[in-house]
Amino acid sequence: MVPNREPVTGRRVQFMISCLCDAFFDDAARAAMDCLERAGCAVTCPSDQTCCGQPAYTSGDWDAYRQVVRHVAHVFHGDEPIVVASGSCATAMFHEAPIAFEGQADLPEIRRLASRTWELTDFLVNGLGVRAWSGRLPARIAVHDGCHTRGTPTIRAVRALLGGIDGLEVLAFPDQDQCCGFGGVFSISHPHISAAMGRQKVDNVRSVSPDFVVSADLSCLMHQQGIAGRQNREYPVRYVAQVLRDAAGGPA
Amino acid sequence: MSRQALDAFAAGIESEVLEAIEIGARSGVDKRLATLTEDYADADALRRLAGQVRQHTLDHLDEYLASAEERLTSHGAQVHFAASPDRALEMILDIVRASGTRVITKSKSMASEELDLTRRLTEEGFEPVETDLGEFVVQLDGDRPSHIVKPIIHKNRRDVARSFERCGLGDYDDDPETITRRARAYMRDKFLDARVTMTGANFISAESGRVAVVTNEGNARFGLAAADVHIVLAGIDKVIPRDRDLALLLSLLIRSATGQRITSYVELVAGPRLADRPSGPREMHVIFLDANRSSVVGSDMAPILRCIRCGACMNACPVYRLSSGHAYRGVYPGPMGAVLGPLLAGNEGFAAVADLARASTFCGACRDVCPVDIPIPDLLARLRARSVREGVILARAGVPSMAGYLLLARHPRLWRLAMGLGRVLDWLPLRRLPLASIRAWFDSRTLPRWRGAQFRKDVKRGRREQEDG
Repeated sequence: MVPNREPVTGRRVQFMISCLCDAFFDDAARAAMDCLERAGCAVTCPSDQTCCGQPAYTSGDWDAYRQVVRHVAHVFHGDEPIVVASGSCATAMFHEAPIAFEGQADLPEIRRLASRTWELTDFLVNGLGVRAWSGRLPARIAVHDGCHTRGTPTIRAVRALLGGIDGLEVLAFPDQDQCCGFGGVFSISHPHISAAMGRQKVDNVRSVSPDFVVSADLSCLMHQQGIAGRQNREYPVRYVAQVLRDAAGGPA
Repeated sequence: MSRQALDAFAAGIESEVLEAIEIGARSGVDKRLATLTEDYADADALRRLAGQVRQHTLDHLDEYLASAEERLTSHGAQVHFAASPDRALEMILDIVRASGTRVITKSKSMASEELDLTRRLTEEGFEPVETDLGEFVVQLDGDRPSHIVKPIIHKNRRDVARSFERCGLGDYDDDPETITRRARAYMRDKFLDARVTMTGANFISAESGRVAVVTNEGNARFGLAAADVHIVLAGIDKVIPRDRDLALLLSLLIRSATGQRITSYVELVAGPRLADRPSGPREMHVIFLDANRSSVVGSDMAPILRCIRCGACMNACPVYRLSSGHAYRGVYPGPMGAVLGPLLAGNEGFAAVADLARASTFCGACRDVCPVDIPIPDLLARLRARSVREGVILARAGVPSMAGYLLLARHPRLWRLAMGLGRVLDWLPLRRLPLASIRAWFDSRTLPRWRGAQFRKDVKRGRREQEDG
């Protein structure tokens, strides 16, 4: 799933906001930037960035998709690592973009883009070599792994970082690995199944009564919270970087 | 249409059916995981190896098929190649007519479903008998299998007891052992009457021509013991290079399918009865079915032909579990079926089933359990792209156009403007808008409060402060 990557040598990174942070979760993006800076990075955030293009990939409109990815490649030019505040966008860029560019003249350029792209926690742990994150945050949490991070180093990285925080208890919950049914366009084209999966997820998470749900993927959290919200049920969520920031520690 | 056909089907399924599927699929998932982790230190490495063996076979399919044909022929079997399901059906009819039989016993074979074989043989005046218990119930009910390993995963034992009662196989009794005994008693006479028996093939070795067939009920073996003529119907993708590859592939197939270490019966048949091979039918036919498979070999979709029909992907798939196998409207349901179905349909049939490729969140549960390492979500994505390229209308149902999105995503100023304007979403009565795609979301979900471009403002301010300071 993950392309071969050059070892990270410098500390300069480009930050990709992700469209959901851009539209809804500004504090999550702030927290992600904050974590990168605590880890010693000099972060730039190109203002002409828009979206990674994933909706067009999943919808099957690959002409549109390639145009968006070309815009991404243009905006994030250079050699520095691109760090994304979303596991899903990261996987789309490093795994899916090269698939949709097969046979295109600019495939090599897209492959380079892919090999520079990292999900935030993956970058902290495997890019920068952060083993754990210090700090303290007394809370009982559930961790949701976004399905798009299956088979990527993010799953372990999230746990490695959270594992160092004092007072944080990670609860196991039923059917932890099952998808919450978002799937982007799927939630629109298959509303019945998507919502049914969402309700299963919300029920399973709530069955262990965590203080909040943590994930490296805000899209899943938005979906789950939206499902719970329609049922007028509480469903507090945190992006993983918000937890790291709020623990007030740093690379241990 | 405002949503996909499969979703509409799923919304109409009875809760009792969903419950049966959930129980069946979940037990498959649990048993598979338990045996694989207990038996192997690194089951993932085995899956990758098996994937390579299968891909290698496909990359050299011509040679391996020729070798299998040569070996089988040298053992006295007759080998046929059928380009289409109809052609295969003609071949089967020729063979059964020549045999003079009326009754034909048959063990489980998904390839035979591609021919709609049981129905077609019945129409031609023969009496085909499905001897796998699940398939037998399907036949009694005039139903279709909804799972490739557990054909009646959608039924519970009360359903089966009612079918038996209706078909004169005894008074209502939903005790599984009673049901099995009744089926056994009924089939025994059929086995003795049938001069032709049919099997599928789980694998065919190119090295020896050996046909491997796994069952848990011994029905294939009973068929072979009693009949004069054995017909094997197998996709051309069933060939494997060597006998020893069976060790790897059977180990993974059976663990992935039923969580067993080995099935109760594994038949290895290399040819008909001969002087030095004194048992079994005196005549053996092997029909290799193409049915558009050769058009997939060598394409970017080829990895789907690695599939060894274990059913693990459908067990693991939340979409399958909430929609049932029948929602896939074809022979092969679930994630592998959503890829294989549209491909086997050929260029003419693609449009009618291309929408199946949308029946996935791309969660990857199928890819994680696949014993031959098929990247199913990537293949589904390729099929979606093809359906858009070819303008398949059915596949477009409920899928929003990307035109507006593309405009914004390519023009940063418009994007930033939209991020600011998005605030109106907080005030619009979105649930009442007559836009299907928006309603699809808001009927069962809320949206967080709009905070568009807030982060960008911070970044800008931070930059200014840095410059000032």
